[in-house]
Amino acid sequence: MSRRTRWNGAALAVVMGGTLAAGCGAPGGDAPQPEATGASLAAAPTCGTAPVTLNAYVETGFPLPKELSTEFSKQHPNVKWNIREDQFAVITQNAPRVLADDPPDLMRLPQVSELVKNNLLKNLDGYAKAFGWDSWPASQLEQMRMVPGGKTRGEGSLYAMGLNFSMTGVFYNTKLAAKIGMSSPPATLAELDDALAKAKSAGITPIAQFNGGATGGLAFPLQDLMAAYGPAKPINDWIYQKPGATIDTPSNLQATQHLEKWIKAGYFWKDVNAVDYATMMSRFIKGEGLFMFNGDWESGNLDKQMPGEVGFFLMPPAQQGGKQAAMSAPLTYGISSKAKNADCAAFFLNWVATDPKAREIGVKVGGSHPMGPADAPMPEVAKDTVTASTLEAGAKIAEDNGSMDFIANATGAIYAKSWTPQLQKLVAGQQTPAELLKSVQSDYTSQVGGS
Amino acid sequence: MTRPTPDSAVDPPATRPGPAAVTRKRSPARAAGFRTPSWVGWLFVAPALIVYAVFVLRPIALTVQYSLYRWDGIGPSTWAGLGNYARVFTDPDLFASILNAIKLIVFFSVIPVVLGLAIASTIRRIAASRLALVARTVLFLPQVIPLVAAGIAWSWLLSSTGLVNQLLTYAGLGGVARAWLGDFSTALPAVGVIGAWVLLGLCTILLLSGMSKIDPALYEAARMDGAGPLREFVSITVPSLRQEIGVCVTVTVIAALASFDIVYVSTQGGPGNATMVPGLEIYYLAFSERQVGMASALAVVLMVLVLVVALPIQWLTKDRSS
Repeated sequence: MSRRTRWNGAALAVVMGGTLAAGCGAPGGDAPQPEATGASLAAAPTCGTAPVTLNAYVETGFPLPKELSTEFSKQHPNVKWNIREDQFAVITQNAPRVLADDPPDLMRLPQVSELVKNNLLKNLDGYAKAFGWDSWPASQLEQMRMVPGGKTRGEGSLYAMGLNFSMTGVFYNTKLAAKIGMSSPPATLAELDDALAKAKSAGITPIAQFNGGATGGLAFPLQDLMAAYGPAKPINDWIYQKPGATIDTPSNLQATQHLEKWIKAGYFWKDVNAVDYATMMSRFIKGEGLFMFNGDWESGNLDKQMPGEVGFFLMPPAQQGGKQAAMSAPLTYGISSKAKNADCAAFFLNWVATDPKAREIGVKVGGSHPMGPADAPMPEVAKDTVTASTLEAGAKIAEDNGSMDFIANATGAIYAKSWTPQLQKLVAGQQTPAELLKSVQSDYTSQVGGS
Repeated sequence: MTRPTPDSAVDPPATRPGPAAVTRKRSPARAAGFRTPSWVGWLFVAPALIVYAVFVLRPIALTVQYSLYRWDGIGPSTWAGLGNYARVFTDPDLFASILNAIKLIVFFSVIPVVLGLAIASTIRRIAASRLALVARTVLFLPQVIPLVAAGIAWSWLLSSTGLVNQLLTYAGLGGVARAWLGDFSTALPAVGVIGAWVLLGLCTILLLSGMSKIDPALYEAARMDGAGPLREFVSITVPSLRQEIGVCVTVTVIAALASFDIVYVSTQGGPGNATMVPGLEIYYLAFSERQVGMASALAVVLMVLVLVVALPIQWLTKDRSS
């Protein structure tokens, strides 16, 4: 009996040991090797004439990529598509693993820095040169640039491209605006404050905003206030993780205090900490708020749901005639460093920005400004639509060089773990503006230094 | 009463194995000299054992291993020793999430078990009536509904314009109405109420089936000695249900400590980390912050915590009479 016990024990050890041994050795390291620079190309690549199937991984709920791919196949019949769709949150969580294990030719991407660090994205410098992307307004591509293997974003090699670029600002309900006698968008922060106060005393909720769950939407008005009080560049430096950058500056403190003033004056819904993005949209469409800090990805939707009743303006500056800034981001798509049809994917990205039909789809379906050269022809848009005013705002931001990335994109964790809980505490009166900035900065420092 | 109650029909005493069935008999084959080789036993166990090893033991071992490294899930990793564990206990946010899970035990365990006992003994008294069947079905329904759907439904009920606040307003308590899941002081209790609602049915059914095993003669004897319903409950029902209570407490405490889905659907940990629990924190650490090492360390701590809490409960509620 004792011999059998020993035998059994040995068998058990072999089975267990075998399965456990698979886990030995330090984890990781299966990422691709770095590619020094983008290979330089003799001529601009094309999709050729042989049949090609492009594998794309896109965001579900947005018809733009599908419409573009259909039109592309119409013009280039040898190209077929194999499109996989997921929600953006799922794409964000899966991006590294998908790019490493099942590399798509074209993929919707979150912020690129972590992907570049692990050499998962193709360096697009070669394509940029061949197609002339370098001559486009630099701010369009800035957010997708990174020093290879480095930490700082906003400069260096190009690792992704946009299908278009979106613009944020303030939407307003024109019917409610008429009620408080606001005939034109406020030109200064003081005028905006005045409109907010008038709405409040007229019994209208001044600002429709979300701040519930893991997405603190008060970051939108906060960053707009930051840009009203100070220049955009230091905010971008902080988001791009430039050495020594800080969010805890005197002008940002003024901005946060201003936001606190709005909270204390009751300009937001009382339950703003329980309102998510979808709830905010449905309430705004129902007319339960005068202003809404949001982006032009909703222009098409709002034009459809409340035609002629919505206006859009950029956050007004603190001083009359001051420079204006706005959060603006490309609809980022990248090519996996292991993609089979990288050339064709790059050709598609260039086609999206330069083909007149593609640019028209970009505006009509996407609602945002197309990428491409500053003097490229703009598609016609009906004058009195929100889409027209957001496109116009895009031109003004380019003129003022006021394009900013979103403060939520500074690190992978800063939004969910710092901005959101801190802003929710600010709403509940459990945090002061000074401590809020200090706390976010200290989280940022530990995250930037830590990984 | 001529026909058996539904409960006693479920588990008639005759079908339970008596001590005689346990005594081993020598198999005729073995007596005749056909000795089965010892590895044949392993052959039968192998499929289950392999699945268990690959899908349970290996992930646990890997988690322990990852917890000793700093790793983003893709690139090269660096050895961190016990550094990740030190951070679990020193980082106020991570530690607060563990405390929240412990607070949830009140809602996930205490309320369902206490209320479950009361409801089960009430239902037992009316066992033959149709009302008992309806009550049991209604109470058990939350177990059948997917937790995600339950979470969504509850977040509507508890929203600022939801049914809960409408009822409060009708009752003249409009001043108390608020966005229950968005308020710092009420978010965690609100999540707890959802959990209590889900687990109450499970406990009630478990306790009810336990009660059906109690010998009615005991109650009769107690009544003859002049015991009232309360005395019967304290002296007979509760002690007889020791094991069932043990199972209820164990299952619900684990549900509280390892909670994820209800919190994820209703509050996502907000507002301001007020409802952050370790399960959710592990998910955020691994998939949005890409700190696989930290996430693994917190997972190991959570596993140890569950064992530390669950094992004494098992020991305390063990049936010592057998």
